[in-house]
Amino acid sequence: MDQLEKEVHPKILQALLDAKTDYTFDDVLENEMILNMGPQHPATHGVLRLLLRLDGEKIVACVPDLGYLHRGYEKMAENMTYYEYIPHTDRLDYISPMANNVAWVLAVEKLAGIEAPKRAQYIRMMIAELARIASHLVAIGSFAMDVGALTIFLWTLREREKILDIWDILCGARFTNSFTRIGGVANDAQPEALEKAKWFIDQFEPNLEECEKLVNANRIFIERVDGVGAVSKSDAIDLGFSGPNLRACGVNFDLRVNAPYLCYNEVDFDVVTYSEGDCLARYFLRLDECRESAKIVKQVLEKMPQGEILANQPKKVLPHKDEVYTKMEELIHDFMIVNFGINPPEGDIYHAIEGSKGELGFYLVSKGEGKPWKCKIRSPSFNNLQVLPKLVVGQMISDVVAIIGSIDPIMGEADK
Amino acid sequence: MDLKELIPQKLKENFPDIEFEISDYKEELTIKLDKKRIVEVCKFLKEDPDLQFNYCSDVTAVDWAKRKNRFTVVYNIFSLNNSFRLRLKSDVDESDCAIDSVSSVWGSANWQERETYDMYGIKFNNHPDLRRMYMPEEFEHHPLKKDFPLMGIPGSLPLPKK
Repeated sequence: MDQLEKEVHPKILQALLDAKTDYTFDDVLENEMILNMGPQHPATHGVLRLLLRLDGEKIVACVPDLGYLHRGYEKMAENMTYYEYIPHTDRLDYISPMANNVAWVLAVEKLAGIEAPKRAQYIRMMIAELARIASHLVAIGSFAMDVGALTIFLWTLREREKILDIWDILCGARFTNSFTRIGGVANDAQPEALEKAKWFIDQFEPNLEECEKLVNANRIFIERVDGVGAVSKSDAIDLGFSGPNLRACGVNFDLRVNAPYLCYNEVDFDVVTYSEGDCLARYFLRLDECRESAKIVKQVLEKMPQGEILANQPKKVLPHKDEVYTKMEELIHDFMIVNFGINPPEGDIYHAIEGSKGELGFYLVSKGEGKPWKCKIRSPSFNNLQVLPKLVVGQMISDVVAIIGSIDPIMGEADK
Repeated sequence: MDLKELIPQKLKENFPDIEFEISDYKEELTIKLDKKRIVEVCKFLKEDPDLQFNYCSDVTAVDWAKRKNRFTVVYNIFSLNNSFRLRLKSDVDESDCAIDSVSSVWGSANWQERETYDMYGIKFNNHPDLRRMYMPEEFEHHPLKKDFPLMGIPGSLPLPKK
């Protein structure tokens, strides 16, 4: 114990020892063990650190320790203009940067009172849904890999690679896209990008089925995750689960339907729910959501209207670059926006979108200046991780990796 | 009846002795109240059968730097049944930098309050586990306060020896 206290910080250790342990076992082994899992552990999806108190192989208490990837993005937001912050949102949930870009500009647009043109909104819907597919593919693959099914990971990443190719055509970057702009998007979607997206959606369904076949009928996989890490509906709501994890517990809640933004009320899709709330339900739900997202992308591509991609509000929206070089007015606006920001009126707003991990929200306070006075990121991974101790207590130690994989936390977002 | 009218009306009926400051900005309802009564009001909002604010999205604070009541604690809560978002605010002064914890009402407020404590130094009374969320325990400062410099304070974080 003395040795332990030197290595683990006393306060964290105390929290672990004080954690409620109303869980009892019939055959109590004499020795309780404290195990440190992470932050350098291949199955913790980044730098998540868990302190586990074990009784034999069963977990009695679990205390997550966050902050190993804390870069102070909220502090940085207070010191840069709204435009400058767009690239930083890429680094939050680095598996689906496009969705973060969309969330940020929607929040700023609400604060500044800008409405993007229809075509820009449709492009945003397309990229947000493709980002969801890409994110879920990584989640499915790495979850299966965590429990020992290696091949599916390679196959789902192959599919994701095709989405990254679409990003490449669309904005010239594969990972950190920074594609959206306040009042629209950086550039119009090229016909090649739209064609590639259409091709991707057409071939996606059979390929996903192929991936599924690898594990869906695999008895080892099913028995490994079925009934593991289950949480009840009421606990999931109380502890702040959101997104796919919440829907896997039987809560029919999706911000795209319950608090519509962009043009989600113009497309037809289903909100998938499962009632079990265990790892297997979360896995199946992500598969089904990929299909629903593909359905949305298909409709978006069909309905995509023609027109402008930037709102016509010269004092708040950056002009096209070719106009800056040739027209005086645009040059002045460009100079003012880049140097002094867009100065939204005084006030505060909260805007959330259904990100790939759950409710991704920004709470912004403006004092009428070019920089936000306060920016709070409501990150889904942070709130999803809060449920983790509840899920793992009473399970075997080997189930921890399966449970972490199934709730799909991204530490860049959880630690900000 | 529209929830925007129903919520203020219900609150005034049930808590006649509290002063509520109600504002509506960009279609978002905000209610400001005294910090001493925050837990009671939150409990009422959660348990009332018409309102059912059962989901706490976010707890955070705003540092106003030079204002008399320096901090404002902000609760973004949501009603899953009514699909309605509500914001509660409560002022906290620097001289008595504490507010009652609502983690007994919503379990998710636990970590969110820990994060607020870590970033602003606001203490949450009756919180089950008030530790720092991101910064190390040895760290003395609260980084999101306006008087904390962007570049950090040299020497405030112990670095590993060479």
